[in-house]
Parts: sequence; structure tokens; C-alpha cells
Amino acid sequence: MSAPVDYLPIIMQLLVALGFVALTMGITHLIGPKRKTTDVKLTAFESGIEVIGNARQPFSIKYFVVAILFVLFDVEVIFMYPWAVNFREFGLNGLIEMFIFMGTLLLGFIYVIKKKALEWD
Amino acid sequence: MELEFLIEKTALVLVLFVLTLTIAAYSTWAERKVAAWLQDRVGPNRAGPFGLLQPLADGGKMFFKEEIIPSGANKYLFIAGPSLALLVSFLGTAVIPFGQNIEIFGRVVPLQVTDINVGILYIFGVVSLGVYGIMIGGWASNNKYSLMGAIRGASQNISYEIAMGLSIIALLMVTNTLSFKEIAAQQHGWHWNVLYQPLGFLIFLICAFAETNRVPFDLPECETELIGGYQTEYSAFKMGAYMFAEYINMFVSSVVMAVLYFGGYNYPGMDAVNQALGPTWSPLIGVGVMFFKIIAFIFFFMWVRWTVPRFRYDQLMDLGWKVLIPLAIANIVITAIVIVGFDLFNKL
Amino acid sequence: MSLFYVVAFLSIIFALLVIFTKNPVHSVLYLIATFFTFTIHYIILNAQFLAVVNFIVYMGAIMVLFLFVLMLMNLNTDTEPMKSTLLKVVGAIAGGCLLVTLVGSMKTLSSASTTAMDNTGIGLVENLGKVLFSDFLLPFELSSILLLAAMVGAVLLAKKDNKTA
Repeated sequence: MSAPVDYLPIIMQLLVALGFVALTMGITHLIGPKRKTTDVKLTAFESGIEVIGNARQPFSIKYFVVAILFVLFDVEVIFMYPWAVNFREFGLNGLIEMFIFMGTLLLGFIYVIKKKALEWD
Repeated sequence: MELEFLIEKTALVLVLFVLTLTIAAYSTWAERKVAAWLQDRVGPNRAGPFGLLQPLADGGKMFFKEEIIPSGANKYLFIAGPSLALLVSFLGTAVIPFGQNIEIFGRVVPLQVTDINVGILYIFGVVSLGVYGIMIGGWASNNKYSLMGAIRGASQNISYEIAMGLSIIALLMVTNTLSFKEIAAQQHGWHWNVLYQPLGFLIFLICAFAETNRVPFDLPECETELIGGYQTEYSAFKMGAYMFAEYINMFVSSVVMAVLYFGGYNYPGMDAVNQALGPTWSPLIGVGVMFFKIIAFIFFFMWVRWTVPRFRYDQLMDLGWKVLIPLAIANIVITAIVIVGFDLFNKL
Repeated sequence: MSLFYVVAFLSIIFALLVIFTKNPVHSVLYLIATFFTFTIHYIILNAQFLAVVNFIVYMGAIMVLFLFVLMLMNLNTDTEPMKSTLLKVVGAIAGGCLLVTLVGSMKTLSSASTTAMDNTGIGLVENLGKVLFSDFLLPFELSSILLLAAMVGAVLLAKKDNKTA
């Protein structure tokens, strides 16, 4: 059985990684050459064509639908973990209970597919 | 909490950190050598014997390059993007057992930074954080190509995360635990999980390619259409951080696949070796076996990169949502029915 | 206990940064940091499964959605455009209501006994699963209907947008 103290090494690893990232980002900032640059050099690179507007533009709502569906399915997947761990103990009853849960969501999934919400044209 | 515990864990964390860096650095070398071999070229051979010092030269070069931050970019987020990507990539290895418990000077040391009750979910969580580096970096650049790469990358990662989670669930039904240590111990000798979960492994493998943004799923970078995708505006070590993060992610996914499906440090005939060599030296053989598997997976990643062409975006999303997710669910259903049926049959 | 105060202090700092920073994307980043400190809180309480769920669902999924929404909007200026006095008054009233509610709940909380819940191991995945699939089976199944409704809603809204656009 694991206790909260088992998570301490993860924090240690996080600190080591954080230190490394801060160090390297600092070094590259300090020792990289600094030249007087023109405005043209600092514009966004768009294959040598002059930049029109900027990139802060709205994009297709389909990506947004994918993100929402991801959150929903992610929650579903999370719900399945406690079941999968105890799955053999639950036996047939647990199986039926989970199939009802999955069936409902599968229904939603079929609806999403039928509505062509995930079509990319 | 005694002092030995802290020293032991610090040493493990540092060793693992250096190891991760070395493997990631040499993956860049190996990638070029493998590419050269597959394309009948020589590859890097100037810096040191066989070009072995190439990663050092490349790494050093990155620090001596001019750091360019585009005038339209959001400065803090522009730096935060690659930092986050690199930071997150280091975290995955914390819960991986690299070998059996080893006895050093009479003290039993587990070759694992920490064994937590929810190890697999931790990996799942770390993977899900990988999106931010790409998204924030791409958005902060204020470049249309970067934004496109970032948005594509983010939706690709999140789509394949679901299939990945579902494929792990089928594995959990076989192992009945979320702790990596127990999963590794269960696969003693020949009982590797890939034998019980071949379909699950295949799904996991494909998702691992998508999560690390490797070819054939490298749409976020996609140099032929998007220049460099989310990396377009990056230079100096910030660009290096993204590249490094990709190689570290490849290492981490290889490690996870090796432990979850290919037995980790287990190999046939390990009992005899354990008896012959004792508790100090035999775990090292296990570590060697583990690294052999990891390197084999890394090689596989590279092999695929130079063999398979890139997917189109709609093909990618269709594969994720309409093929892998239904397959993963079917895999869960079949696994569940087989195991429950087996248990009921045994009770009769 | 001192660890709790350190983490709680960090939570409050990050939460304040979420509110006071002008750039919405910075806000989201600070919110991620806030959720990370919450994860540590859960671990201190030995609610390990909840901690990792908080990590995956809030830090990894919902915040990605937030970022998508922010990027979907037009963010050409860093400052928020809405500055009308009416909104400020409404905001002040809403904030005041929240404050009253919080103070009220604090008062009732002080009388309740605070029982430590570690060593029962209820926060571990195995035990949580057992409780979830026996005592809380109905809420669990109902949650699937909730998720279904959300799915249908999202698809309907997005499709409607597509036709008008």
C-alpha cells in the first residue's frame, strides 16, 4: 500500500527537471549572441510573404467539438479504472453494471458519428 | 522519514535524470545513423569515432545560437511553451521499475524512483499535460503556421489519449493493479502481457506514436506543409527543448511499453540466473534486459519514421475516433467476457 | 501540518494570480498551477485516486478545453474590452454574495467536528471502486446519462453554428 510520502520523490524529480529547464533557458539567453536586429527580422515567418494581419484569429469549431468530446470521454475512461482494478471480484454483476454505463456512452458515440460531428472535409 | 530514504531517492532521481538526458541525446545520433543505414548513406561520422560526439556538438551549438523572439509574440508564453514541454517530458519515468530490488551494501534498494498506488494513471496524467507545451508555444508565436500546428497537435494528442486510456483498461483487467511494480512482477519469466493483450498493445503502440508526434503522426510539425508547425519561430535552445522533449517522450513511451506489455526486466530463465548470481548482481542483468527492450522500441520508432508516409489530417482523426476507440472498446468487452466466463467456468 | 500551510499558501497565491493577471492565457496557466496544488492537497489527505483524477481531468482535460476556447476567441488586445460601470456593479454584487455565502458556511463549519480520515484507505483506487460499485451504483449509472446529455448538447450546438455560418 502506498502512502502520501511515496509521492515525495515525484516532487523531487519535478524540482530537478525544473532546475534543469530554468538553467538551460537561462544559459541560452546569456551566452547566445545578441545582434542589433531589424523589425523585418522579428516578423513572423510566413514563407517570405509579407504578413497580413496576425495569428490571433478564430479557427474551425470542429477542433472545439473534439476538445469537448475528449473531456467527456476522458471522464468516462477515468470512471472505468476503479472498475477494471476490482473487475474479477465484481464478477458478472460488475460486468453488467459496467456494460450499462458503457452502452449509454456508446449510444452517445454513435450519435456523434451519425451526426457527422467528427467529419473533416 | 529517515535520511537514508532521502539520499537513496535523490541518487535514484539524479541517475535517472542523467540517463534520460543521455538516451535522448544519443537518440538524435541514432536517428541519423538509422536513417543513413535505411537510405544507404553514411550518416554523421566527423565528430569522434562513428560521429559519437555529434550530440554534444549539436547540443553545444544550440546554446551559441541567437535567440530570436518575434516582435508579435507573447514573450513570456513564448518561453513557457518549450519549458513546459521539456519539464513535463522528464516526469514520466518516476514510477517505472527498471529492475528487481537490488542489494547494495546490505541495503535493499528498489530500482524505481517511487512505487505509487496509481502509477499507470500518473503516466496517463503526465501524457495529458504534454499538450500544453505545444499549444502554448504555437499560440504565443503569433504565426499562422505555428497556430495551425499547435491546434492540430493538441487535437491529435487529446484524441489519441482516449484510445490509449481505453487500451490500458483492458490491460488492467488482466493485471488487476495500477502499480507498475506489481505489473512488472506479475510478468515473471515468460508471462508477458503482450501475449494476453495483443490487440491492446497494438492500439497502445499506435497511440504512443501519436502522443509523441512521431511520423506517421507528425502533423503538428509537418515541415512540408506547415514549415515547422509549432516550432516555426523557435531558435537556439528553445527549439532544442522541443526537440529534446520529443526524444525524451519517445524514450518514456518505449519504457512504458516495455514494462506494461513486454515484461520490463523479466526474461525467461531469470530464476536460474537469480540463484546463480545472488541479489546484488542478478538485478543488473534484468536492467540490461530492460534496456535492450527499450532500445529495441526506440529503434522501432525510428524504423517507422523512415518507412511510413505521413497521414492526412482527416485520416488521422478518423483513425483515432472511428477505428481505434471502437476497437479499444471491443477489446475491453472481449477481455471482460473471456475473463468472467473463465472465472464462472472454474467455479462450476 | 506545516506542509499543509505551505501548499495552501501556494494555492491561494496562484488563485489570486488567476484573477489579477490581465492576459487570459496566463490566467489559464495559473489555474493549472492552482489545480496542481489541489492535487498535492488530495495526496496529503491520502485520497490518491481523487488526486490523480484531479490531475488528469482538471489539469489535463478541462484546462485544454479552456485554452481551446480562449484561442477560439479573438484575442488581439491583451486587456479585456468590457469595462462598463454596470458590469462592475454587477460583479461587485455577485462577489459580495459569494463572500456572504462563504462566511456563512465557515460559521457552520467551525462547529462541525473535523475527523481525520487517513488510515482507512478509502482514497485508494481498489477501495474506492468497491464503494462506487456497491453503495453509489445509481449515481454512477446516472452520471453516464449526464455525460450522454453533454455529448448530445455539444454536437447540437456545434452543428447549428455550422449551418448558420
